[in-house]
Amino acid sequence: MVMKAKLTASLVAGAMVLGMSQGALAQDTIKIGSVLSATGPASFLGEPEDKTLRMYVDKINAAGGINGKKIELVIYDDGGDANKARTFATRLVEDDEVVAMVGGSTTGTTMAMIPVFEDAKIPFISLAGAIEVIDPVRKFVFKTPHTDKMACEKIFEDLKKRNLTKIGLISGTDGFGASMRAQCVKVAPNYGMEIVADENYGPRDSDMTAQLTKIKNTAGLQAVVNPGFGQGPAIVTRNYAQLGMGDIPFYQSHGVASKSFIDLAGAAAEGVRLPAAALLVGDKLPESDPQKKVVTEYKQTYESATKQPVSTFGGHAYDGLFILVEAMKRANSTDPQKIRDEIEKTKGFVGTGGIVNMSPTDHLGLDLSAFRMLEIKGGDWNLVASGS
Amino acid sequence: MGALLNQRFLTLVVLAAVIAVLPLLFPSSYYFRVASLVWVAALAAIGLNILMGQAGQVSLGHAAFFGIGAYAVAIGPTHLGIPSWAALLIGAVLSAVLAYLVGRPILRLKGHYLAIATLGLGVLVALVISTESGWTGGPDGMPVERLTLFGWRVSGSYTWYWVTGALLLIGTWIALNLDETPTGRAFRALHDSEVAAQVVGVDVARFKLQAFVIAAVYASLAGSALAFMNGFINPDQAGFLHSVELVTIVVLGGLGSVVGSIVGAAVLITLPQALTVFHEYEHLLLGLIIIVSMIFMRNGIVPSLSALLLRRARS
Repeated sequence: MVMKAKLTASLVAGAMVLGMSQGALAQDTIKIGSVLSATGPASFLGEPEDKTLRMYVDKINAAGGINGKKIELVIYDDGGDANKARTFATRLVEDDEVVAMVGGSTTGTTMAMIPVFEDAKIPFISLAGAIEVIDPVRKFVFKTPHTDKMACEKIFEDLKKRNLTKIGLISGTDGFGASMRAQCVKVAPNYGMEIVADENYGPRDSDMTAQLTKIKNTAGLQAVVNPGFGQGPAIVTRNYAQLGMGDIPFYQSHGVASKSFIDLAGAAAEGVRLPAAALLVGDKLPESDPQKKVVTEYKQTYESATKQPVSTFGGHAYDGLFILVEAMKRANSTDPQKIRDEIEKTKGFVGTGGIVNMSPTDHLGLDLSAFRMLEIKGGDWNLVASGS
Repeated sequence: MGALLNQRFLTLVVLAAVIAVLPLLFPSSYYFRVASLVWVAALAAIGLNILMGQAGQVSLGHAAFFGIGAYAVAIGPTHLGIPSWAALLIGAVLSAVLAYLVGRPILRLKGHYLAIATLGLGVLVALVISTESGWTGGPDGMPVERLTLFGWRVSGSYTWYWVTGALLLIGTWIALNLDETPTGRAFRALHDSEVAAQVVGVDVARFKLQAFVIAAVYASLAGSALAFMNGFINPDQAGFLHSVELVTIVVLGGLGSVVGSIVGAAVLITLPQALTVFHEYEHLLLGLIIIVSMIFMRNGIVPSLSALLLRRARS
């Protein structure tokens, strides 16, 4: 009889412990959501982002998680479709009940998802390029990649140093090209730049010699800038060399900052300059560079795990994840409102994209020093020494 | 005739009941959003089905009208100061006018030529939308002002569930009735044999054009609804892939079947959501399910299943 009572008591106690530990387990994870364009036309953005997030969340969890809590990552693939992204964003907020989100590979998908996170008051760190994402500032929306406006400014800064002021633009009509062209036109007067030619091409065009010939024949032309990404800029670069325009300084954008651009453009890419993140030239950075450690570590980790060359896009996801993780550590809470407040207070965060200093009026936190001016020489990226 | 009327009435009642009961099963507003997307896609598909299933013509550029409806409610209030509800009507009228003007010459084409012509129309509209960035915000899209009706601001997944549900009911009711009017019968005659229809005195060109215009208006209204619901629109919605999606819904659900369009939309919208658990195999499985259902249910889900049920009932 006594035995029986004891047994029952221990069973009850056991059940209670079990029940409690289950309850505790549920609270021991932090749900972070992500919607990425891992497939479809923007997969060159989404795929490295997807791999980076999964890889580093595993690492963080293996090291004990955040303040003792493990991260549970929920990733959905929108295939580059803004409408799908919107639905997945709703799903993350309503169904998965995530406390924060790092994702949104393209400007289109990000813009479609913003209202969902703003309404739900959940922090959203976007991985999209265009400046509209953070300008005007929205309370819960942040982003990690450099803006197209900054790319224009970096290029113009370099042109100014070389005393070149009359420029021709040839831009893609895709989202990236159109947005950057508009920003370049807008900031040109601030640097005393005069746009003497302004041509464009479709994202799938296979020959741009007509537009380039027109630019070449423009009186007073001193340099040419090509806002665009994908294969278009590689074709422009090849046509540029074919037309013998090699002696006119030629600038590409950060949109082509991947090895495949050099492969596609071949010898024609020699001498082309472009603004890009430190990640591309990690091994060429001086030891004193504050980003050296972060970018070489990320590059090694990514390349050894995926056997693929590192891209700046995966780097954006790395930055987003760690800005969020550090904010959560500081907040010591999983309350989205508190996490948001801490993200906004991010100061001196060293990421692959630059040194991030956020503020209530700046939800990007990067300045022009985040971009390095590169020149392609001998089929590889080289840092342009300041002043040349 | 009485039986037919009853059958139509029954379809509507069942649909209304489904729309009314579903919310009881939804644990979160995410489900309301997915269901609203189904209603919107179904509305566009029902329209396209009138053209494809009833009148037997094909359109590979139907998302163009969807895009016109969507951008009408985006551009009207933002750039021209037109109230949202008026922009919705203007979008529908614009779509109808464009369908009428373009339809007159291209509906004289047959088979592949008609497919190519409508494809061209779709590509052109999408191109204009993504290039005229001053008006449309370019490839990254533009925000849409919320719909306000008599001071009531229509927003939230829950509200839109009922609004799109009501739109779908009206759309279904019209399509079901159309099927039984002289126009509907003329459409079916066209579908079966154009020559025979002409011989018995059906004005082939006029009826084809009518079906095209009706289908365009359906798509335009669906586009406007989606734009209002999302508060944001981009050119993808007017693009070729969306046209293909609409055709897939119609064919998968069953050509000529109004209920089929709704079922097709439900399958094509909810499957990708349900399949996310399979991660990278998601697209593979989606493709497989569609291929298998097209192999075993050649006439589409609804006609095949109802034929099967009828056979069972007889034996």
